[in-house]
Amino acid sequence: MSRVTSAETFARARRREHRVLALLALAAVAVVVAFCVIALRGNWEYALTIRARKVAAMVVVGCAVAVSSVLFQTVTNNRVLTPGIMGFDSLFVLVQTLVVYFFGALALSSADPRLLFAGQVVFMVVFAGALYRWLFGRRSRDLYVLVLVGVVCGTLFSSLSSLAARLINPNDFVVLQDTLFASFNSVDQDLLVVSAVLVAVVSLWMGRLFRRLDVLALGREHALNLGVDHRSVVNQVLVAVAVLVSVATALVGPITFLGLLVANVARQLAGVSRHRVVVPASALLAVVALVGGQLVLERVFSLDTALSVIINFVGGIYFIALLIREAKR
Amino acid sequence: MIEVRNVTKTYGSTKVLDDVSLTIAPGGVTSIIGANGAGKSTLLSIIGRLLPADSGRVTVDGLDVATTPGATLAKRLAVLRQENHTSIRLSVRELVAFGRFPHSRGRLNATDLAAVDEAIAYFELEEFADRQLDQLSGGQRQRAHVAAVLCQDTDYVLLDEPLNNLDMRHSVQMMRRLRRMARDFAKTVVLVVHDINFASCHSDEVIAMRDGGVVAQGPTAELMTPELLSTVFDLDIAVHDIGGNRIGVYYS
Repeated sequence: MSRVTSAETFARARRREHRVLALLALAAVAVVVAFCVIALRGNWEYALTIRARKVAAMVVVGCAVAVSSVLFQTVTNNRVLTPGIMGFDSLFVLVQTLVVYFFGALALSSADPRLLFAGQVVFMVVFAGALYRWLFGRRSRDLYVLVLVGVVCGTLFSSLSSLAARLINPNDFVVLQDTLFASFNSVDQDLLVVSAVLVAVVSLWMGRLFRRLDVLALGREHALNLGVDHRSVVNQVLVAVAVLVSVATALVGPITFLGLLVANVARQLAGVSRHRVVVPASALLAVVALVGGQLVLERVFSLDTALSVIINFVGGIYFIALLIREAKR
Repeated sequence: MIEVRNVTKTYGSTKVLDDVSLTIAPGGVTSIIGANGAGKSTLLSIIGRLLPADSGRVTVDGLDVATTPGATLAKRLAVLRQENHTSIRLSVRELVAFGRFPHSRGRLNATDLAAVDEAIAYFELEEFADRQLDQLSGGQRQRAHVAAVLCQDTDYVLLDEPLNNLDMRHSVQMMRRLRRMARDFAKTVVLVVHDINFASCHSDEVIAMRDGGVVAQGPTAELMTPELLSTVFDLDIAVHDIGGNRIGVYYS
């Protein structure tokens, strides 16, 4: 047997990773182009602007969901839970509903949206930190307990939101619904620009942590042994996740299972757990899923249903499959 | 030099370590022996800064493990715990390469890659170097983890039950390697060992623990006595001289 050196093996792995990323990038570009040009009729300049804005929204949301899900899975050391499943985005909806409930729609529309958003993000950071400490701070907990807590939290938050939504007056409700479920068809341009900048900044910030996150994924004790400041990295990630979830939810509302789907499929395609590969791969996959899904939705189902329904259907099945597989181990 | 001063640790209402003080001189193999629940693993984890002590102080070459930055300490001290479950997909080679992180910060240069190859060869892992960890047997996985820790190339190496899951041949080889490493590279190796005869045959010094305290510490030959072992393990243990080693017999 000729001796295999690590230098060769790792170089081969890097080439494979580059190939996977290049293919995914190609797929993402292809669906974006297809989405923009298929059945383009009438005033094409106008139609193209509308479509480009939609695509931009989907790219921003896809990146935010993918990055936050991969990072959350790393710091919680599991592959089944995501911020979506733990009810983070439902919480964001609840916070927004409560603002309208207590201060009225006037407050929501007249307040500085950036200030409002900042306040909501701070709230999310506090909650995410508290939940993390409570659930993951001690010795590792049973996966099913965590899933249950997530489902209970998510249901509780969305039930509270719909209760509050029923109690407010109809005019306020319309304003609220408008901000909550903007969907990709009616994304506010200013909000989109701010969101894109936020997602880009947070992603770059997290990019600096990728190598340390690779170590963190081995588990807390391995990370400490290898000299990674576990607490500091986890805190930074939790803040980033809270910001990203807030951005994605503010733009299009909750898409519970998207993050789970793209994070795990990206890991499987890449064949490694390195963040430098998995994070961009899952962001590209999220773009493919969202834009491709929207394309199918508009052309095949002629807008009969919502994109989140399709993604949650596929993602939900995948989630159950993952749970069953984990149970067998 | 590892210095432990008045270290106490409590889980809930049980005192696991009760005012432990000891000094481990640099160089050589030191084995910690004792019954289940004597506090061996907890002591090792506190020295390796995986657990905070409730009170007391641990220093390694004068560096307080509780306050020294992790990145500095990781170049001097490596620690491996008993259970090493990782939830991610990882090949043996990738795991061993992580051992270089304190030096490379994730960017492996030629020296790091050579060290990875060397550690893989040293532990006879070539055959399955590119297999995933979850496809290996417990003993193979254990060897991969120890290889990763040794790849870290630190002056101090703390191992909790390194013989876990290893068959006889690999157990003996593991102990020989650790001993040779300590001798050739002047490293300080501290082990928690269950098999007193492995401790007896391969360590320079033994620390005997019972009920969260140190009962005795000293050169191996002096501690391998029926009286001391019986106190530590609550079991009649006869000790014989076989081939120049002190062997405890307690099977019947």
